[in-house]
Amino acid sequence: MASPSLMDTLFQRTLDDIIKGLRHQQAGESAFISKVVEEIRREIKSTDLHTKSIALQKLTYINSIHFIDMSWAAFHAIECISSPNFSHKKVGYLAISMSFNESTSVILLITNQLRKDLKSNNEFEVSLALDCLSRIGTADLCRDLTPEVFTLLSSSKVFVRKKAIGVVLRVFGKYPDAVRVCFKRLVECLDGTDPQIVSAVVGVFLLKIFAKLAPLEPRLAKRVVEPICDHMRRTGAKSLMFECIRTVVTSFTDYESAVKLSVAKIRDFLVDDDPNLKYLGLHALSIIAPNHLWAVLENKEVVIKSLSDDDPNVKLESLRLVAAMVSESNVVEICRVLVNYSLKSDPEFCNEILGSILSKCCQNVYEIIVDFDWYVSLLGEMSRIPHCQKGEEIENQLIDIGMRVKDVRPELVRVGRDLLIDPALLGNSFLHRILSAAAWVCGEYVEFSTKPVELVEALLQPRTSLLPPSIRTVYIQSAFKILIFCLHSYLLQRENIADDMASEMLGLKSQGECSGSSALVTGKAPACQEQDEGFNPRDSNKSYEDLSIINEGDVSALLEKGFTHESIVNLLNLIELALGPLSGSPDVEVQERSKNVLGFVDLIKQEISNGFVSERASKIIDMVHDAFTEELGPVSVNAQEKVPIPDGLMLKENLADLDAICGNVQLPSSISFSMGSPFGESVGASVSIPQSKEESEPSSESTSLLAEHRKRHGLYYLPSEKNETLANDYPPANDPKSSDNTNDDAQDLVKLTDKSLLPKRRSNHAKPRPVVVKLDEGDVAPIIAKKSATRDDLLSDAVRDILLGNVAKTASSQSIISDKSSSKRKGKEKLNVDLPESREILGVEKPDLGNPSSRRSKHRSHGKEKSRKSPEKKNSDEIGDGEKESRRVDIAIVGIKQNKELKGP
Amino acid sequence: MLLSCRWFSIEYWYLDSKPTENMIHFVLLISRQGKVRLTKWYSPYSQKERTKVIRELSGVILSRGPKLCNFVEWRGYKVVYKRYASLYFCMCIDQDDNELEVLEIIHHYVEILDRYFGSVCELDLIFNFHKAYYILDELLIAGELQESSKKTVARLIAAQDSLVESAKEQASSISNIIAQATK
Repeated sequence: MASPSLMDTLFQRTLDDIIKGLRHQQAGESAFISKVVEEIRREIKSTDLHTKSIALQKLTYINSIHFIDMSWAAFHAIECISSPNFSHKKVGYLAISMSFNESTSVILLITNQLRKDLKSNNEFEVSLALDCLSRIGTADLCRDLTPEVFTLLSSSKVFVRKKAIGVVLRVFGKYPDAVRVCFKRLVECLDGTDPQIVSAVVGVFLLKIFAKLAPLEPRLAKRVVEPICDHMRRTGAKSLMFECIRTVVTSFTDYESAVKLSVAKIRDFLVDDDPNLKYLGLHALSIIAPNHLWAVLENKEVVIKSLSDDDPNVKLESLRLVAAMVSESNVVEICRVLVNYSLKSDPEFCNEILGSILSKCCQNVYEIIVDFDWYVSLLGEMSRIPHCQKGEEIENQLIDIGMRVKDVRPELVRVGRDLLIDPALLGNSFLHRILSAAAWVCGEYVEFSTKPVELVEALLQPRTSLLPPSIRTVYIQSAFKILIFCLHSYLLQRENIADDMASEMLGLKSQGECSGSSALVTGKAPACQEQDEGFNPRDSNKSYEDLSIINEGDVSALLEKGFTHESIVNLLNLIELALGPLSGSPDVEVQERSKNVLGFVDLIKQEISNGFVSERASKIIDMVHDAFTEELGPVSVNAQEKVPIPDGLMLKENLADLDAICGNVQLPSSISFSMGSPFGESVGASVSIPQSKEESEPSSESTSLLAEHRKRHGLYYLPSEKNETLANDYPPANDPKSSDNTNDDAQDLVKLTDKSLLPKRRSNHAKPRPVVVKLDEGDVAPIIAKKSATRDDLLSDAVRDILLGNVAKTASSQSIISDKSSSKRKGKEKLNVDLPESREILGVEKPDLGNPSSRRSKHRSHGKEKSRKSPEKKNSDEIGDGEKESRRVDIAIVGIKQNKELKGP
Repeated sequence: MLLSCRWFSIEYWYLDSKPTENMIHFVLLISRQGKVRLTKWYSPYSQKERTKVIRELSGVILSRGPKLCNFVEWRGYKVVYKRYASLYFCMCIDQDDNELEVLEIIHHYVEILDRYFGSVCELDLIFNFHKAYYILDELLIAGELQESSKKTVARLIAAQDSLVESAKEQASSISNIIAQATK
């Protein structure tokens, strides 16, 4: 093998050759690289370390720039660092720090070499080894090399000492036990170095620590806030100034004067020409916004102007601020401004704007919305913005509002109608979701429509072929609902003509429910005649209760707007014509639904020929109508989980059924749709109707089917949903007491609503905020200060206690002069940590990294790490609660010192 | 799997109140054409993640105009970048780290490079990528600034260079000897 390796040595390409070669390759770069890698693979096996190191260097280059895997060369890298030649060593270390990670199998082989180099007389070899350790140190490595690193803490070379401290941090992180061995020395070392000048960097770092400690200890804040303000006034370094500002706005928001000062400084930032400062100013404002909204309002103009900044980051930040400024009183104005602005901006930012409007407005169940009519029409307007891609969100909100806010339904139907009727919108695939919501709303609340026939026409227009099948099904279903509504109104009308006033009462007795809905029709009828303003939707709702009164007065009104036999036949023909082709649709759902509707139309047509409506037909219509008039309400996301499983319920079986029914509709708002979409009813009802040609007996079967389905729904979804159980009765929307699961959340929510109801402005409408149905829970996660919660873990509580005892010390350690005695003393306290316990915690830590609780445990274990710093001092006296906390303080102090050390010149 | 776990743990760092975690997660040098010139990772990223990070970031950063601010929010981190001639220097930091300070570090690094190479240009970094690494190593350790004096860094690097040179001479002479001996 000697001769090939010799050849390699003589004719080896150098790194420069490779780089040049790569630069000359225009197209076949990857081919060239793989060729080079082939060469490297051969060369790297050479026994000549020089050849090997050049090969390794080339490989490192290719790895770092072109991301070619180099883990296979791990062993060769180790060979290189064991070379006595410094240049080989350097190449080897570079390769190792680039490519090794914890799963590298040969990593333990470098332990000895690292140890040797750490002890080397050549300080540069030492520094190479330290760099490498800081980058790749695993727990094992750290454990084995701790003594050497600690020896280096007292090295005579300043730069070695600095690096050693940097590495110690890593070691502490990886191998907590190390703290025991070295703490004393570390402290000595830190104390030994002269206090360095307070550079901006160090200042920034200190401030960061204060910011983190401040929430835990109010008294600390008091002492620190003045010096920080001084700094802010005096310093010329923008980075330090910004850190001061950030510290104040994040942690010292209670100190009026400090906040005022920093807001003034933020203002300077905002008007600065430097985009960086502007951005940071906005950023600082957005931090302070939740606590001191006035700061944002004061800078309103700058913020709003920044919306049109060139920089997308600045725009985004100012958008957040604008959203933060939105409140009940100005939501209308600000949304107007934003929507107008979104029309002018680029698609991406336009959608950011729309997204922030949507999320702000729906916060805490539409907390800030007073005038829902306005909001619904805003939603409609937003859908028409050309770049709008928020279809899904708007869809959800339309349906959600429809179900929650009764009073807004007429407006909702109007908005939905406008959307449906516009054929141009069908071409935009981003709007399909919105159209689906509009169709559903129009079908579900058709009683508020002025021209139902127009809606059917819109739903069946030819361009609906552009819709995806899942949405077409919603269209078909809505058309079916509207048809039922029309037929039903027609029937009522006929009855009213035939019988006189007396028949009203009769109708009431015999068919309470159906005359109930007749009341709806009649309730609406006068409204149509009057101007829109005069129309009070409440009346139509109330009419359930006092329908007879309205009925008496408005029979004639009904007649005027009502359906004639001809119009009904036309409607049926239209539906037959439009749905006919769909009965052969390849999509199962579309096909099935259109066939159902066609079957129904067919049946009705036979029954109402010659202007005569058979009793059977009217019964069927009544029945289906009853099914559709049932109120649908919002359902809590986790309602289902709460249902206790009754005995004998085949849970799996039923769920599979539901899947089969709902599976085809891929609407993510499955909560609203599983309830809201009338699949249950439609399938139950329409399937059974063709059979019912024989006799009315099957129809009773269908009712029972329906009832059963409802019951099932009830079991799955509705325990917390009071609306469903009482058939047609509107429940008082705002007392969400479902017997079993009342909880505090609900009360909170109710209180919230109450509050938001109090200040009614929008005086021009003189209309109270409509009732918004809220669920007990799971519906909304009200945005309550989560931050405070996370901070309030055990540890911080403990820290607070301890800090209370130690303020003076902490404060003195703030001043950059290291306070030897205090930290040493603390070192002593640390001694008594029982190892087994801390081991356990560490063990736990690994498996579930990444969830907050593990963070906490990590946190805690870190506390322990530090606590093990001074094992030699067995004389500790106090154990117990105080222990942990004092350690925490130590960490901070050590942090300060270490950093000072690191950053000093 | 292990890597992805650690990835998550990184994501939570900025929520944690440990002041000692490394503040710079990685350093990237990208040319205006999107070519990577230097990468240094202070937090564990797998090879795949590295490629992804670079692809994403170069897309975001290169497309930004000249008069915009130097910060980009990215996956819950902040990336501070600055363009010098045709090179973009990028450093990724936590949300609550000081952007202006990192900007100063970048500038510091560039000044040191400039002093070392004598008005540095992209080609210098291309052909001496390992030196750029060594200089960075003197500047930062474990993601923290460790040496704020330009002079010191220059002195350290020069000393190491001379060591390498002498070692090389030695090596090449040896290989010459071997080569001649085996002829």
